[in-house]
Amino acid sequence: MNLHGEENNMDPVLNSGDTAWMLISTALIMLMTVPGVALFYGGLTKKQNVLNTMFLSLIAFAITSIVWVLYGYQFAFGQDILMGLIGNPTNLLFNGIGVDSLARLAPTIPTTVFIAFQMTFAAITIALISGAIVERMKFSSWMVFVLLWVSLVYVPIAHWVWGGGFLAQLGALDFAGGTVVHINSGMAALALAILLGRRKNSSLLPHHLGYSVIGAAFLWFGWFGFNAGSALTAGGLAGSAFIVTNTAAAAGMISWLIIDYLKTGKPTLLGAISGGIAGLVAITPAAGFVTVQAAVIIGLVTSAVSYFAISYLKPRFGYDDALDVFGIHGMSGMWGAIATGLFAAPFINSLGTGVFYGNPGQLVTQIIAIVVVMAYSFLVTLILGKIIDRTLGLRVKHKEEIEGLDTNLHDESGYRI
Amino acid sequence: MKEIVAIIRPNKLGDVKQALEAIGCHGMTVIEVKGRGRQLGITESYRGSDYRIDMLPKTRLEIIVKDEDAEKVIDAIVMSAQTGDIGDGKIFISSVEDVVRIRTGEKGDKAV
Repeated sequence: MNLHGEENNMDPVLNSGDTAWMLISTALIMLMTVPGVALFYGGLTKKQNVLNTMFLSLIAFAITSIVWVLYGYQFAFGQDILMGLIGNPTNLLFNGIGVDSLARLAPTIPTTVFIAFQMTFAAITIALISGAIVERMKFSSWMVFVLLWVSLVYVPIAHWVWGGGFLAQLGALDFAGGTVVHINSGMAALALAILLGRRKNSSLLPHHLGYSVIGAAFLWFGWFGFNAGSALTAGGLAGSAFIVTNTAAAAGMISWLIIDYLKTGKPTLLGAISGGIAGLVAITPAAGFVTVQAAVIIGLVTSAVSYFAISYLKPRFGYDDALDVFGIHGMSGMWGAIATGLFAAPFINSLGTGVFYGNPGQLVTQIIAIVVVMAYSFLVTLILGKIIDRTLGLRVKHKEEIEGLDTNLHDESGYRI
Repeated sequence: MKEIVAIIRPNKLGDVKQALEAIGCHGMTVIEVKGRGRQLGITESYRGSDYRIDMLPKTRLEIIVKDEDAEKVIDAIVMSAQTGDIGDGKIFISSVEDVVRIRTGEKGDKAV
């Protein structure tokens, strides 16, 4: 987010242009989760699990929406207390938030718009995690996990990086969620995939790659709200974030295809959309800080990083991160957060100066933020997952997994042809 | 009487039907099946990893003909279903003891 910290020197005056753009951005980001992630993941799974896979994203969006207005936003973005650990939750249950009050951290738009905008970030972060656990997790346990994870992992990390917490005070740069969204969801996905264990049939043959192409297109489209909206204003910075976002996505796609050609001789459509998403992930923390030229480099490099993780790390360590949430979001998120420390240009945004513009310390700050978020997300997810496993159980019955989750968990099936 | 069972490529069904009609062979039963041959299927790629698809969709034709028509029908199927690549399929021929037309009760060659 383009946050100036507690000492915001902008005059708190409502700007209708900013407000209109932030409302549109919020709605754009909603499309990323439903249907974006739901279709992207749904197409990649086996046909007897397509509905369950889509459902994981839908229910995540609904549960997060309620958590966020009741207490999630209040803890994440309340005035900082406890030395940067959490926000002071005034306005619990949405009490006392006036229709005309202006957002403390974005004083040209209403508080309600800021809350809704931030809510969509929380929702997509947890929805992304579902890609690692498809085809084998109990739906009831997923719902409990969503509730606990948003409350105890997403909310604190969002506060640390965006709500004025200790990583923000340290000067960590994260324009739209390299740490908060992508590294966070990637590490949580890895932890949960390890706890759940491998699927009985862990082959990956997308049952309907066309769905995934539509899903990826929705993600790309919605990402303009995600990144350009994170300027929190409608102006030059939003425009800059918009164009670097598109540039990195295109570079990521082309880069993955080059790797495909070199490795197998044939370009794959799944490779193209994976590369596009990897490019979008990598540019996320950097969007409001870097130049278009830097975005090309960030996009080209990121596909190699994610391809390496998926084709070497995953088989080497044997974790069943089914749809490569760690491989794409975790790894490209790390590269993006590092790249932000390298390429942040002060003439794009005065809040960020990277290594190549004479501030080597920024890279250290970025690495601290990456390590803190990785460790907290992985460990707390592991603990929450273990507690759910001991009480409700994480995994479906053997028979349900073999026959498919749609008919067994929902009494529905995706196809009647 | 002979039973001719042909496993062919699904996309060759149209050509085969046409070739059989041209020689006056009209009756057939068609079933969508899955299976594999000596090559154990094909491989597909997923983000750089290869996965074997070991059961491929095929079409199975069942045709009953008089003994003297069998060669003609088999030749027609081979000619029309052939691409020369792996996966063209196979034809199995066996003898049939008797045939009954349910509507009339006719038996043997008359019922074919």
